[in-house]
Formats: sequence, structure tokens, C-alpha cells
Amino acid sequence: MLRIRSKAQAGTMQSSDLMVTVEPHARLEIEIESTVQKQFEHLIRDCVVAVLRRINLHSGRIMISDRGALDYAIEARVEVAVRRGAGSW
Amino acid sequence: MGDSNQRLRRSLLYVPGNSPSMLQNIPVFECDVCVIDLEDAVPLVEKDAARALAASFIRRYQDRNKEIYVRINGLDTPYYHDDLQAVLPAMPDGIRLPKCESPMAAERLDDLLTEHEEMLGCRIGSFKIIASIESPGGIMNAERIARASERLVAMGFSAEDYTASLHIDRPKTGEHLLVPRQLLLMACRAAGLQAIDTVWSDTTDMAGLKAECEHIKVLGYDGKSLINPRQIDVVHEVFAPKQDEVDYALQVVDAIVQAREQGTGVISLAGKMIDAPVVARAVRVLLTAKALGIVDVDVDEGVIYGTASVNDTSSAGGMKR
Repeated sequence: MLRIRSKAQAGTMQSSDLMVTVEPHARLEIEIESTVQKQFEHLIRDCVVAVLRRINLHSGRIMISDRGALDYAIEARVEVAVRRGAGSW
Repeated sequence: MGDSNQRLRRSLLYVPGNSPSMLQNIPVFECDVCVIDLEDAVPLVEKDAARALAASFIRRYQDRNKEIYVRINGLDTPYYHDDLQAVLPAMPDGIRLPKCESPMAAERLDDLLTEHEEMLGCRIGSFKIIASIESPGGIMNAERIARASERLVAMGFSAEDYTASLHIDRPKTGEHLLVPRQLLLMACRAAGLQAIDTVWSDTTDMAGLKAECEHIKVLGYDGKSLINPRQIDVVHEVFAPKQDEVDYALQVVDAIVQAREQGTGVISLAGKMIDAPVVARAVRVLLTAKALGIVDVDVDEGVIYGTASVNDTSSAGGMKR
């Protein structure tokens, strides 16, 4: 099981991208801020949750600043941020 | 080497591997190949992110309207292994190998790709290679490199590193590149590979790009590496066949199909014998014309080259219009 050991980031604040920040936390918390929050927050959350489930992460604070990223980018950035925080590359 | 060598590769656009805004436009770029770059376009601290992003994109882009190659980091770096590990499961069409100096480098990559294909359970030879020749040493070894792997479909010239290694600036006139361009082209042709020219770095100078494209077309190059999507149309315009070339190619193919139907061995058109180079040129012209929407024909190479009977195909002879 993966565990976030230190604060880490992946991504950028450019259009079509997102910045993912992760840090250690006792429970799993996901915070989402997006330029398309009203329409797509639930879909972004579903995507993040699916990635965390696949890579077996059950705790940590996951903060998303989305700039209109598509699913493939959300999946990649979340996984990279978590793996950087977990030191698991 | 199969029909992978017959594909049109006029325009090979580099796309930075860590840029979602560029990656997600790949389906709408009208180039023949996109080369997702994990090498020069990606800073060292972002290699992991670029690999993950590129793999995630490729995995979702399986119904492709163009070939996808990935430029990995050089085999002399600590990064290439992780590059392959990350992107190959997503099934790109091939790998662009930078700084290929020797046949051993192409052989090494071939071995690695075979290992991955075995692990992934896909056909051996699925992943193709385009080798980038970037130095005088690479140019001198070009023919041996070209024959080093059955996966090679093309070799690309990179003038930036080549010019730097000559200790000169790169003048736009390009006279210092004539010899390496011709040597690379001959090595490619000797081994049955396509030849891809170097990038044109000044994205504001379209006239210069056009002049260079006309030059490399005369030399015999099949295409050019590009760094900006705005360069695609210029390359395609230069590589577009003229109408009389298309008309003649259609006549050649018609004559071949008629000869096949009549079981004639020798094929002639207007009193002139049609031999293999004429046929190959006609096929290439029609494939290019079709890609540009100039003609609407499907060229059946089985009929044209005599490997399939006319009756074996559903087409009206060698062409479907």
C-alpha cells in the first residue's frame, strides 16, 4: 500500500493542465479547485478517486488546481504527484 | 520490412511530452507522424511526469489517424530504460532513437524492444524504429546503422547537433549540409529505408522552410521533422505531386492492372516499357495524392506488384475509386 511521506507536486497551472499537490494526512481528503468547477467537479473527483484506488493509496491530502485538463492528464498528474510524495519511483 | 516502409512520412511533428495542451491536439494536427518528445523538450526533473503523461495520452489514442513515435532519451543516459518501460505498454507505433552513432545502438534498442514485446505479449517487431543521425560519426556509420535492425523504417538527420560538432554556426543556406544529407539518403535507400530531413528552427521564416523543403525533395528525401504545427502545410504543399504526375501514375497503374488481367508479363504504356522503378514511383505519387485529397483511389499493392491475383481482390483491379 502506498503512503505519502512528504509534500510533493506534479503538473503546471497552464491551460489544459492541472497542478496536483499531495501531503501526508491521516485520512484521505481530496480538494478540487477548477476553472470548470460547476460543470465538471464530480467527474474530476471520479477520475482522481479511480487513480488512487488503482495505485492503492488510502490516506493523504490531495489538492487539485485544474485548468481544464482532460482525463488522461488528470490521471497522469495525480499518479506522478503521489509517487513523488511516496518516493516510489 | 513490410509496408511500414511505404507509409507516407512527409511531416514528423515533434510534440513536447510534458505539455497537455499540445498532446491533446495531436488528433487534429494534419501531419503524417507525431513524435512525442521525452528528450530535449523535457527538463531532467520532469522526465517522470512527461513519461506518465505521454503514456496516458497514447493509451487513450488507439484509434489513430497518424503514426505515434516517442523520442526517448539517448542510450547513453540513465533515462531511456524508464522511458521505454513507461510508454511501450501504451503501444506507440515506434521509437525515435536520438544520437544514434553506431549500428550497436540500433541493435541494442531492437533487443530492448523485443524484450518488451515478449513481456507485453505482442508480436515481435510491432514497435518500429526511426534512428536520428546527429553527428559526423553517425553519418559515416549510416549505412551500417540502416541495416542494423529490421525494425528501422527511416533515418532522420539532425543538423543542430551535427553542425555544433563541426564547430561552425548553422547558416540558413545549408551548403554545409549537402554532403551529410546525401550520404544519409544513400544509406537509407541502400537499405530500403525512408529519409527524413532535419528541423527548420525559425518558425517565423516560412519562405526559408519552403526553400529548404524544395531542396530536400530534389535530393530525394521523403519528409521533414517539424517543430511547429504551422510548418505542416508548407511541407505538404512542396511534397504534393503535380497534376500531370498524378495523371501519369493513374495511367501506369491502369496499364498494370490490364496487363495482370490479360496475364501479360511485359507491361507497356504508350509504347514505353513500365519497369519496377516506374511502378514504385507511380504508387508513391498516388499514395501522396490520396493523402492530400487530390485523388480518391485505393492502391492495391498486391495486384500492382503481382503478389495477388486480380480476381483475389474486391477492387476493380489494382484501384478502388
